Parts: sequence; structure tokens; C-alpha cells
Amino acid sequence: MPLTETIGAATLDSLAYVGGLARLTGGALRAVFILPFQGKKFHIGRAIHQAMSVGVEALPITSLISFFVGTILAVNAAYELRKLGALHFVASGVAIAITRELGPLMTAIVVIGRSGSAFAAEIGTMKVNEEIDAMETMALEPVQFLVAPKFLAMVLMVPCLTCWADFMGVLGGGVFGVTSAGFTWGSYIQATLDALLERDIMTGLIKAAMFGLVITAVGCQEGFLTGLGSEQVGRSTTSAVVKSIFLVVMVDLIFTTIFYVTSPR
Amino acid sequence: MSPAPTSKPSVTPSAISVRNLRVKYGEREILHGISFEVPAGETLVILGGSGSGKSTLLRTLVGLEQPSSGEIWIQNKDFASISDDERDELLKKMGMSFQGGALFGSMTVGENVALPLQEHTNLDESTIEIMVRLKLDQVGLSGFESYMPAQLSGGMKKRAAIARALAMDPEILFFDEPSAGLDPIIAAGIDELILKLKKAFRITIVVVTHELASAFLIADRMILLDKGVIVANDTVAEMQKSLQPRVRQFLDRVPEPELTGEIDYLQMLTGDVPPQRQ
Repeated sequence: MPLTETIGAATLDSLAYVGGLARLTGGALRAVFILPFQGKKFHIGRAIHQAMSVGVEALPITSLISFFVGTILAVNAAYELRKLGALHFVASGVAIAITRELGPLMTAIVVIGRSGSAFAAEIGTMKVNEEIDAMETMALEPVQFLVAPKFLAMVLMVPCLTCWADFMGVLGGGVFGVTSAGFTWGSYIQATLDALLERDIMTGLIKAAMFGLVITAVGCQEGFLTGLGSEQVGRSTTSAVVKSIFLVVMVDLIFTTIFYVTSPR
Repeated sequence: MSPAPTSKPSVTPSAISVRNLRVKYGEREILHGISFEVPAGETLVILGGSGSGKSTLLRTLVGLEQPSSGEIWIQNKDFASISDDERDELLKKMGMSFQGGALFGSMTVGENVALPLQEHTNLDESTIEIMVRLKLDQVGLSGFESYMPAQLSGGMKKRAAIARALAMDPEILFFDEPSAGLDPIIAAGIDELILKLKKAFRITIVVVTHELASAFLIADRMILLDKGVIVANDTVAEMQKSLQPRVRQFLDRVPEPELTGEIDYLQMLTGDVPPQRQ
């Protein structure tokens, strides 16, 4: 096949995939925000269950990773800043990098590993076992029943987890700042608060909500695209993780650019 | 095959009316324009070998596959052209028991049976609980409400799936290979259960199977599908007496003749049907 034809086919496949994600997201948002007002049931219990699994149960690992990332960031910042005699910038560097970028990104990667892959495996297994078909023959809409609660849980819980990850990251940076960069806890917290703008935190949280949407859409779509046979479930799960990471980085790039262009500073 | 009608068929007691149905997977046509009727209260068994299109036919009847052309009328409603809400209403009057049970693995047996009632009715939880017990009792699974599907044997899973299919008191029940993969005693138990449902509730039943003993026991009428076309559509007695070669081959369990000629063999490899079977 000529190169141009290969590129064309790959482009069309990618556009079709993104179109599928948009359709799934639209269907889920409709199920959450419109259909309940038209008399259709929304499974709030399932959404709460998902929120517990996606958010609360992810707290320990998110805390640990964010704490260490905060510390690593502070050590690396100090390595350069001390040459300039500017160690007091460690706190502000860590705070801005964590809240604007690394908090949301590290949280998204943890959520992809825990929940995005689980969504693909759950729906993929249901597809292989004909449970999705059974649902349809029972007049239950799989997007409404399975996907919408996951979307609601993720859009709410990923920003919450990100808030916590921001806090733990700053704390991790603070431990290094206090023990090795001449800060006291009071001065570190004050330097962090001075450096942070509300906008820094908000941009991080908006990105986190978008990451939640992307991870859910990819995880669920990969589940629905699972072929026949149990090995296909493994393939879907791997694919969900790889595609989610790629799309999260792309979404991050787009939103960071938008925030930079619209920034008043 | 009869040509497709252009207007709605007259109101008959037919629960299901299939007209000139064609189904394709991509470019490959699986069902080549088949037509048949299932009168209300009758049990139709669809027989056929592997790859004959019987599972595709069943999946199309319950809306899991879209026909490429033709019509499916269920309770005098055109299944393909009705609105989503009408379709949902029709689906609530139908129950489907899948070959592997297709029970929701994350729910208990009781929750599986309760699900359609919770989703489609306004019954309170205590009433639903009683109905779940009744349905499980009907299929001989009393006391198994709290079991997970993974804890059940193959036969019990099929029974639980039937209980779930019965939850909404359907008027039409579909079974995909109800006794496949079960030992003869358990399979006979499933047949007995289908007969019991047929006698007690006069439900219209459509069963896809290749188990002859089971088919002759439960059927009022039988269809033999071969390579996507109906080769026989008769009552049980007529089917047993049929002299049609393909019917006799299937009922007498005669293996396919060996392909003798090089052309036949090449046609098999290229996917073309050898001329003597067209």
C-alpha cells in the first residue's frame, strides 16, 4: 500500500476512534443530565459505588506518588537554584509545577492504571460473556446503565483526587525544603501561598476533569470494542492504558496552550 | 422464498412474522431472504448445523443484529421501523436465554432476576424480592438468591438465566442452545422446564438448537436452516416423515460426503458452494 494511502487510512481510523469517544461521552452526559428529567432512571447508587472505587480507594497510592514526586521536584529544583543562590524559589517552583501540571498528570496516570484499565476489562468481559447483549435484550441501554455512572464518578473524583495530590506534592516538596533548603514549615507554607494564584489551581482542576472524561471514554470504548475470546480482554485493557496516556497528554497540551494564550500575566 | 410484502401483514395471531429477511456481516450474507411465521403460543424450534445462520437469525429476532433487508414483525409491530421507546416496550414483553446464561457476573442470582423488575417497574423492593423467589422457584432454584453466578453449575446457570428471562412475564421467550454443553440428565431437565413453561403460560417460544432429541420433545413446529436458507418448515410429525434429502441427512445424522473432485475442493477453499448443493 502506498505511503499516502497508509497515512490516509490511519487518519480516518483515528478520526473514527475520536468520533466514537465523542459519541460515547455525549451519550453518557445525556444519560446523566437530560434523561433523568425525562423520567428515565439514573443509577446514582452505581455512581457512588464507582466514586468510592475510583476516588476513595485510590487515595493511598495517589498520596504516596504525589508526595514523592513533590520531593523529587524540590530536589531537582534545588540542584539548579543553589548555584544561583536562589534556594528560596524551591517552594514556589514546586507549588506551581505541582498544581498546574504534575498533580493533575500524576493523578491521571494513577487513575488510568487503576480505573481506566478496570473499565476496559469489566466491559470487555461483559461483552465476551454476552452480558452486554443480555442487557440490550432486557431493554437496558448499556451506555445509560454502565457508562454514565462511571463518567459522573470520574468527572467528580479525578479533580478531588487532584486536589489531594496537589496537597501531598507540596507537602513532599516541603519536607525537602525544611530539612535541606533552609525553610521552616511556616516560611515554606507562606512561600507556597505567595507563589500560587487561584488560576493555577483552577487550570489544574479543569484539566483533571477533562482527563476524567478522556480516561472513562477510552476505557469504556475499548471495552465495547473487545472482540471474541478472553485474550481480547487483555488486549483491550492494554490498549485502554496506552491510548488513555497518549490522549491525556494531548488534552494536557491543548489545555495548557489555551491557558497560556488566555493568561493575563 | 416468498417475496417481501409491501404493506403491513393482516392482523393474525402470529406472534412473530419474518418476511424475506437478509442479514449480512460486512460483505458476507448469512441469511438469504428467509420467511416464516410463529403463531402465538406455539413453540418453534430452529434447527441447523454449525454455520447455518440459526444463531444469527435468533440475534436478529431479538434486535441484536440489524437486517440488511426484509421485515420482522413482532406482535404486529415492525421491529426495524418502530421508535426506540416502542422497541423498548416490545423488548420488555420478550425474554432471552443465552447459550452461556449471560448472567451478570458482578451480581448475585437474585439481583440478576430482580434487575429488569427494578429497572422497568415501580414495584417496591419487598414485592420484587417475592417475585424473584417465585421466578427462581419456577426454575427449581429456590434458595439460590444469594449465590454468585460463578458458584453455579452449567445447568443451574441456564435455569437462572431462564428465571431472569421470565422476570417480566414475557409473551415471547427465545432460547439459544438451551441444552448445549449439558449432560443428558440436566439437558432433559431444561427440556422439561421449557415444556412446563409452554403448558403453564402458553408463551410463544423460539428455540435454536442442534440437539435433535430436545427439539422433537419441545417443538410444535420446526425449521431447518442450511447455509442461510430454510430447507424445511414443518410440524414435528411432517418433519419426521420428510423425504427431503437435506432434512433426512440432518435427522439421520449422515456426515457430509467427501469432496471428490478437484473443482469441489477448490470451491470449498475459495468459499464458493459446490454446484450440487446450490
